[in-house]
Amino acid sequence: MNMLADLVAKGSRVDGHAPWPRAIVDTETWCHAIEYLDAWTLSGLWGEADSVHMALLNQTAHQLAVISLDCAAGTFPSVGARHAPAIRLERAIHDLFGLVPDGAADTRAWLDHGRWGIRHPLGTRAKPPEPAPYPFLAAEGESLHQIPVGPVHAGIIEPGHFRFTANGETVVRLEARLGYVHKGVEALMAGADLDRAAKLAGRTSGDSTVAYQLAFARAAEAALGIEAPERAHHVRGVMAELERLANHLGDVGAICNDAAFALMLAHCAVLRERVLRAADACFGHRLMRDVVIPGGVTVDLDTSAREILRTLAHTVRRQFAPLIELYDNTASLQDRTVGTGILTPQLARRFGAGGYIGRASGRDFDARRDLAYPPYDRLAFEVPVDDAGDVDARVRIRIQEIDESLKLIEQILAELPGGAIRTALPVRAGEGIALVEGFRGDVLIWLRLDENQRVRRCHLRDPSWFQWPLLEAAIENNIVADFPLCNKSFNCSYSGHDL
Amino acid sequence: MRRLLFQGLLRPALTETLPESSGGESAILGAKLDVAAQRRLGRSLSIRAIDAGSCNGCELEIHALNNALYDLERFGLKFVASPRHADVLFVTGPVTHNMREALERTWRATPDPKWVVAVGDCAIDGGLFAGSYAVLGGVASVLPVDLAIRGCPPNPSDLLRGLLALMEVPAAKDRST
Repeated sequence: MNMLADLVAKGSRVDGHAPWPRAIVDTETWCHAIEYLDAWTLSGLWGEADSVHMALLNQTAHQLAVISLDCAAGTFPSVGARHAPAIRLERAIHDLFGLVPDGAADTRAWLDHGRWGIRHPLGTRAKPPEPAPYPFLAAEGESLHQIPVGPVHAGIIEPGHFRFTANGETVVRLEARLGYVHKGVEALMAGADLDRAAKLAGRTSGDSTVAYQLAFARAAEAALGIEAPERAHHVRGVMAELERLANHLGDVGAICNDAAFALMLAHCAVLRERVLRAADACFGHRLMRDVVIPGGVTVDLDTSAREILRTLAHTVRRQFAPLIELYDNTASLQDRTVGTGILTPQLARRFGAGGYIGRASGRDFDARRDLAYPPYDRLAFEVPVDDAGDVDARVRIRIQEIDESLKLIEQILAELPGGAIRTALPVRAGEGIALVEGFRGDVLIWLRLDENQRVRRCHLRDPSWFQWPLLEAAIENNIVADFPLCNKSFNCSYSGHDL
Repeated sequence: MRRLLFQGLLRPALTETLPESSGGESAILGAKLDVAAQRRLGRSLSIRAIDAGSCNGCELEIHALNNALYDLERFGLKFVASPRHADVLFVTGPVTHNMREALERTWRATPDPKWVVAVGDCAIDGGLFAGSYAVLGGVASVLPVDLAIRGCPPNPSDLLRGLLALMEVPAAKDRST
């Protein structure tokens, strides 16, 4: 029995929502869906001025569906009250739209720090209250002390506040406070044309600019009922894998550096630089920004670019091999990574943890394979999975994914079809949704276009929403000094989360 | 590990000479380090990076300055972990309202003399995020900015040239007077 289809059938199906169905449901069905969230995966929860939407993933059936609930009274039954992964999403919905999750246990503001000069900016646009201190969750016991860290950190990283409660060296509780880099992306999206909206999507999380612009393009193409040309799909695939490659190379080095093994960082940083330079030579931008657009891509891969990429794949493979050996043979390094920051498979599954975080904790999911989109639906690749769940497992998943990305790039280059790289966009209204596998996990974008092809509402859900809370679980009972190591092994996005 | 380290001894350094700017100096605006400060600091600046709302693209390129090909430290420039150790604040992002206080406090924690570099288009005028309820729109709306480096994000060569301009422009001024 296909339960997700049953759920959609209980509501009224919305026309023009592609490629997966959306249905407007009543409160009873909404609550019914919440009951089933342990079997399915919550893939997204977002608001509008007068309704809320929930994206549900049935991993085994490879299906996604969206259900929507009208909340004319300004409230909706809380999802977070029963399903913890929804809590922060609900707090964000309340901050942005003023909709109240009925029965929610945690009613603290999340993205709103009381400094915007306005409350509920996408909803009722009320006057802000007086800023109040943020109450962190309590931890009680003998000899506990708190360590506040951030928002400005010691390294060259994004801002966020971490409140540790420790007993001596041991972390008893970590609670993150985020929202510092909230830029109001979703408000800026409203009313934007596709060109501007695609640029904004590409600046939601800079390290995933290709993944975001690909997700945005796919959502827009679904809304407009078109498909990009075959060649464009392949060029996009090359870019997505280059982005994964660059980030994984940087991360492997940085994680080892946080375990005080700088040699790995020195070598990996050079390899990362090689990837970025090849990207620059082929696509005119080191991070490949603004190349993937709705309808296709702006840059074609000519003969010389293909040669640059083949050489790159060869170089990276040859130079990375001794580094894997180095990781394998350095006991002092593994002493830090093995058994540190363990994320249990149960939590990874419950939170639908994407990317290497989920896959290092036994969650066998990859949007490229399980909700296959071109060009991946016609390519052969392996999805590595481990169930150790520690820092070491997250490093090893990345190491294997680097090899898979290299193979994918070579495969795509060998099979690159001819033809156009862009297709014209019809001017019409529509709704589209896309789930794209970025380096960090699955990026979800939901888009509604009006009849003039302008964005009415766009929601961008970074994989970090479901990963940040897990970092707090993984660090428990580890020592404070291992936090940078655990944090880097997760490498969640602040900007992608804060929007 | 021994083999890798040994190879490091035998192979030539990867570090490159800084390429000439392709787009003139248009990427870098208004370096203002004065002669007195130049004398006091010599050719050494400690830099503290602060993300005031960036998408993290600028951070990736700032990180790249430390790789073997750009090797920032050969110029006497280095990133430090505390604003209390810094001469220069490298600020990225359109300055969100939620980061404003943290940015101001970081600036106040930095000892004089100090310089502020606005890194990237967002830090210059808010970039694509200008006009949002959540951002102030550029570092200059909060702090006095001494140097701006354009780009989305600026590439490592532009960042390096900007930093060198901060140290060398006054020397040129010195010669002309």
